[in-house]
Amino acid sequence: MDLNKILPTIWESLPYILGGIWWTLALVFGAMLLGLCLGVPLAAGQIYGSRRTRRAIGVYVWLFRGVPILVQLYLFYFGILAYLSQIHALSGLHLDSAFLAALVVLSLTSAAYQSQIFRASIQSLHEGQLKAARALGMSDGQAIRNVILPQALRLSIPGWSNEYSILLKDSALAFAIGVMEIMSRTRSVAALTHEPLPFALVAGVLFYLLTHLGVRSLKILEHRVRIPGYARQGTL
Amino acid sequence: MNQEHPILRVEGIHKTLGEQLVLDDISLSVNKGEVKILIGPSGSGKSTLLQCLNFLHTPDRGRLWLEGREFKASGKRDLCSLRQQVGMIFQDFNLFDHLTALENVRIALVKVKKLPASQANRRAKEELARVGLADKAALYPAQLSGGQKQRVSMARALAMDPKILLLDEPTSALDPELIGEVLAVIRFLASTGMTMIMATHQIAFSATMAHEFLFMEKGRIVERGSPSVLLAAGATTRTMAFCAKINELSGDLGTAKNQTP
Repeated sequence: MDLNKILPTIWESLPYILGGIWWTLALVFGAMLLGLCLGVPLAAGQIYGSRRTRRAIGVYVWLFRGVPILVQLYLFYFGILAYLSQIHALSGLHLDSAFLAALVVLSLTSAAYQSQIFRASIQSLHEGQLKAARALGMSDGQAIRNVILPQALRLSIPGWSNEYSILLKDSALAFAIGVMEIMSRTRSVAALTHEPLPFALVAGVLFYLLTHLGVRSLKILEHRVRIPGYARQGTL
Repeated sequence: MNQEHPILRVEGIHKTLGEQLVLDDISLSVNKGEVKILIGPSGSGKSTLLQCLNFLHTPDRGRLWLEGREFKASGKRDLCSLRQQVGMIFQDFNLFDHLTALENVRIALVKVKKLPASQANRRAKEELARVGLADKAALYPAQLSGGQKQRVSMARALAMDPKILLLDEPTSALDPELIGEVLAVIRFLASTGMTMIMATHQIAFSATMAHEFLFMEKGRIVERGSPSVLLAAGATTRTMAFCAKINELSGDLGTAKNQTP
C-alpha cells in the first residue's frame, strides 16, 4: 500500500463518501423517530393493554428482534416492495425505492427494541404515580400522557443512546440493497481503487464520529431535562 | 346530622386479592362533616377498603353511592367522575416526581377540570398557601421533606374541591418530628367541616376529632362507636386492647387523655 498514492485518492473521493452521511443520518433519524412513535404505544400496550394486545405485541417484538436485519431487508425490498410496485394502481408511488425499504425495516426493528426500553422505564416507576393520577380523576390515557411518559422518557435516554449507536451501525447494512449511504460509497470507491483497507478505515472513522456526536448530544439532553433533586441521574 | 342523605355510602363491599378475601361484607355511610377513623392491625383491609371507595380497587361485590347517586366501577365515565369528587391522600404521598409543587397541584385542575391556566394557577397557589407552603411552589418533590410532600399532596387533593377526603395512613411514612405539621393540616380540615375517612395508627390524635372509630380485623368491621365510648376507662373493647398494645410501644396514652376536645 503506497501512502503517497492512497492519500490523494482518499482526498479526491472524500466529497463523494461524505455525501453518504446524509443518507445514513436520514435512515438513522428517520428510524429513531418512527421507532419512537411506534415504540411508545407498543410499550404502553404491553403494560396496560388487554391480554390479547399484550400477546400480539409480544409476537411483534419477538419477530423483529429475532429476524436478522439483512434478511428483513431482502425480504422487504425484493419481496414485498417488488410485489407491491408491480400492482398497477400503486405504480405512481415509486415503491421500489431501496431507501424506503431500509427505512421501514430499520424503523420496525427499532420500534421493537425501543418498546422494551420504554417498557423497562415505565415499569421502574412507582405504581403510586399511576394511582395518584387516577385518584385525581384522570383517565388512563391522560395519566399515561401527563404523568407516566414524561418520567419514563427521561429514564429512557440512556437506553435510547444505546439504541442510537446500534441503529447507526445497523444502517450500514442498507448498502446490501443499494442505498448510497456511507458504507456503500466507501465500498464502491474501494472496489474502483482496489484498496479495501484504507476505505474501510474511512468508514470506521465516520461511523465513530457520528456515534460520538449522537451519544454526546443525548447525554446533554439527559442533563438538560433532569428532574432537580432527583437522585437517579448520571453526571455529564 | 342528616342521616337520610349521607355523602358517601357503601353496602356489602367484598374484595378478594389473589386467594385472600380482603374485604368481607363492608357497609358504611358517612354524613357531611363527619370524620371516621379506620383502625386495626396491618393487613386488616383498611387500605383496600379506602381504595375501593374511589374504585382504585374494583370491589368484587357491593354498591356505592355518592350524594345519593350510585356509581359503578365498570363505567369509565362513572369512574373518573367519582374520583374527581373523592380526594385521596396516600401513605407515601405519590407526588408526581417530574412536576414542581405548584404543577402537582395544578395539573388535575387543567387536565381534568379543564380550568384555564391562569385560574388553575391562582387556585393552586391558594391551596399551597393553605397548607403553609406558598414559598415552596417552585420546588420539586425530591427537594421537599416528607412532611412538606404530604402537605403538597393534600393541597393537590383539596384543589379538586372533593366532597370527601380519604386518607390512607397519611403520617405512617413520616419521621416523628414531621408528623405534627401534617396532623395540623388534618385538624384544620376537620375544623372547616371537611368530611373524612382516615386510616391511621395515630389513635390519640384522631380520638380528638373522630365522630366514629371503625375497628377492622380480617376484612370486617368488628367494632364501631365513638372514641369516648370505645376508649372509656375500663372498657373491654377490641379497640381498647389494640390501643393498649400500640401505647405499650409508643407510650402516648397520656397524650390521648390530655388532648380531649
